[in-house]
Amino acid sequence: MSLSEAAVIPHSSNEPWKLPSRGVVGMVCLIIAEAAIFIIFVVAYVFYLGKSLTGPMPRDVLELPVVSTICLLSSSITVHMAVHTLQHGKRSACSLWLALTVLLGSIFLAGTAREWYQLIYHDGLTLQTNLFGTTFYSLVGLHATHVVVGLFLLSLALLFSLRGQVTTTHAARLEVLSLYWHFVDGVWVVVFLVVYVFGR
Amino acid sequence: MATQTPTQAVLDKTAQSKPRRLWLDTVHEWLTTVDHKKIGQMYIGYALVFLLVAGLEALLMRIQLAIPNNTFVSPQVFNRLFTMHGTTMVFFVGMPILFGFGNYLIPLMIGARDMAFPRLNAFSFWISAFGGILLYFSYLGGDGLYGAGSAPDVGWFAYAPLTARVFSPGHSTDYWTLSLLLSGIGTIGTALNIVATTICMRCPGMKLNKMPLLVWLYLVTSLMVFVAVSPLTAAQIMLLLDRYLGSHFFDTQAGGSALLWMHFFWIFGHPEVYILVLPAFGFASEIIPVFSRKAIFGYPAMVAATIGIGFISLSVWAHHMFTVGLGAWGNTFFTFATMIISVPTGIKIFNWLATLWGGRIHLVVPMLFAVGFLFQFLIAGLTGIMLSAAPFDWQLGNSYFVVAHFHYVLVGAILFMIFAASYYWYPKMTGRMMSEKLGKWHFWLFLIGFHLTFDFMHIPGILGMPRRIYTYEADRGWMILNMIVSSGAVFQTIGSLIFVYNLIRSYFNGEIAGPDPWDAWTLEWTTTSPPPVYNFATTPSVESRRPLWDLKHPEDPDSSYE
Repeated sequence: MSLSEAAVIPHSSNEPWKLPSRGVVGMVCLIIAEAAIFIIFVVAYVFYLGKSLTGPMPRDVLELPVVSTICLLSSSITVHMAVHTLQHGKRSACSLWLALTVLLGSIFLAGTAREWYQLIYHDGLTLQTNLFGTTFYSLVGLHATHVVVGLFLLSLALLFSLRGQVTTTHAARLEVLSLYWHFVDGVWVVVFLVVYVFGR
Repeated sequence: MATQTPTQAVLDKTAQSKPRRLWLDTVHEWLTTVDHKKIGQMYIGYALVFLLVAGLEALLMRIQLAIPNNTFVSPQVFNRLFTMHGTTMVFFVGMPILFGFGNYLIPLMIGARDMAFPRLNAFSFWISAFGGILLYFSYLGGDGLYGAGSAPDVGWFAYAPLTARVFSPGHSTDYWTLSLLLSGIGTIGTALNIVATTICMRCPGMKLNKMPLLVWLYLVTSLMVFVAVSPLTAAQIMLLLDRYLGSHFFDTQAGGSALLWMHFFWIFGHPEVYILVLPAFGFASEIIPVFSRKAIFGYPAMVAATIGIGFISLSVWAHHMFTVGLGAWGNTFFTFATMIISVPTGIKIFNWLATLWGGRIHLVVPMLFAVGFLFQFLIAGLTGIMLSAAPFDWQLGNSYFVVAHFHYVLVGAILFMIFAASYYWYPKMTGRMMSEKLGKWHFWLFLIGFHLTFDFMHIPGILGMPRRIYTYEADRGWMILNMIVSSGAVFQTIGSLIFVYNLIRSYFNGEIAGPDPWDAWTLEWTTTSPPPVYNFATTPSVESRRPLWDLKHPEDPDSSYE
């Protein structure tokens, strides 16, 4: 008997061989790496709290972004609904939930833009003004960049969905994207607490 | 060892096809490939080129330091040399060569078709490669048109405020920052790929506790990359903001802190050492058992020790900063954490020794390097324990003792295992054996050179010679020692050149290897050498940690013991 025939070692037990989805594992890895980046920026923010040599200080200029926070956090629910409806084959409902997610995310981004406009043109706070400006804009800006990336990807998904190209088979992929979006929301909870609640 | 066992049996039944093609086709194929084997080999080739470049930089520095008051290179050039040497060796030699072996071996060892994300794999390689090229482009573009010939000169850890615009005008520091940022993105991409591959692509029966140890070590390494390399990426973004947009992260004039950079850098920097050394442990854990003709001793303990190292290594970074003055609690904590990490490392050394114990040891070239690794890594660990004691570190911090210590790890342990891995897996990658005779020349020359250089480098450190000085006075008493250290560099250079010659010569003239020249046990040896482009067309399934042993010895399979 040539050994090559015995080569494929017989698999004794017929237990099913199931491994986790690589998309989910890959996204979780990305989230861990991104979380580490955010932690460094949060640490820098906290480390430099109250160490600015000149004003303006956080309590003088920052206001609680209540509306945009509510919008961003509820977009986590809508993106979850989008995945959920797609898994059950309701494609038009999925489009609707995706559209709502993009809308809510855009409102959040508009809120940040408005806040920055106010800070730059009325309060005279820029990246160069003091340590508060440096750490505030870089932390909130890093988060906003992630929102932009997420919105771009969600808009693509919405576009495909509206053209009827998204089917139940794509639910797993949409779920990976929703994980990213949940992460962006989770980071905002931390940023919100550190910058607007405890750091003020 | 080259005697062929009856196991010509190849699990992988894919036919080998090798049509002749145009040169341009071949280039196009390599540039656009998403195959893990090709990307792995490109990683290794690219790292070897940089190994020679950074080795040359080291040689130039040793020539400069061989005699006192030397004027071989100017102080400015010397600063650039040690910056480029360190940066290149860590980011463009160590990381890519380890990822290269990982890319090549992991899918083959776990019976997978390819990595989990082949296109991400290619992207990661090319962006890392671009980072390396960008770093060396700084020699041309560092100061723009009027200052050609400049390169980063801020040291590989680039302490603030030296990197501020005021103290580092021109663009050389920006090249350093950007190249590390890019290679960091590539590193995270590849690490992500390795984790996803290991978790999601194993062949049936390859449970986590049946994986080859090398795969385990790469898994832990890659998980460490996420929490270690990302902080560096973040710190580089901050530095770029400081230099280009005028923010004040590390600007002491505006209340910023130079200390924060040190923390951020070493939060990356120390785990980085373990990221580099864990794959080397993986090589040792594959090579030592095969040439002792025994299964690895204490597999579960090895895995547990690996995970232990992974966790503890995240809490030792500030031992690079004892001389800063961390306060009693900080010093105590980081001394303690650093000393405790020698426990899991010690477990590993004892397990390798126990694997050797009573084995039928074959002292072929890979095994020679592995044995050298064992002893040298032990000594490196012992000087590490010395330096981990804060009061001792206050005396010798920033001296040549420190340089000797970490080169003992990076060269004596990691580079020795990279050489071992090259000799061990070269037959698999090319289908030909490397010359054993040239390999022995390489080993002995490099061993002698290594010990001449790095054993004697400890002493000027103890005598007070600080690192990074470009020259010294004749009356310091360091002269003869530095001469010995530099002469060792010559031996190492000759050894390395023999290695390169051996690599090239064996590719054309080496003895044909066959699928399993070492009579080994892991899945990569079940494929032809080199493996078919489409490897594992038939998915294998395994029942033990040594599937090929089971295949060769059906009367006594491992699966009945594990």
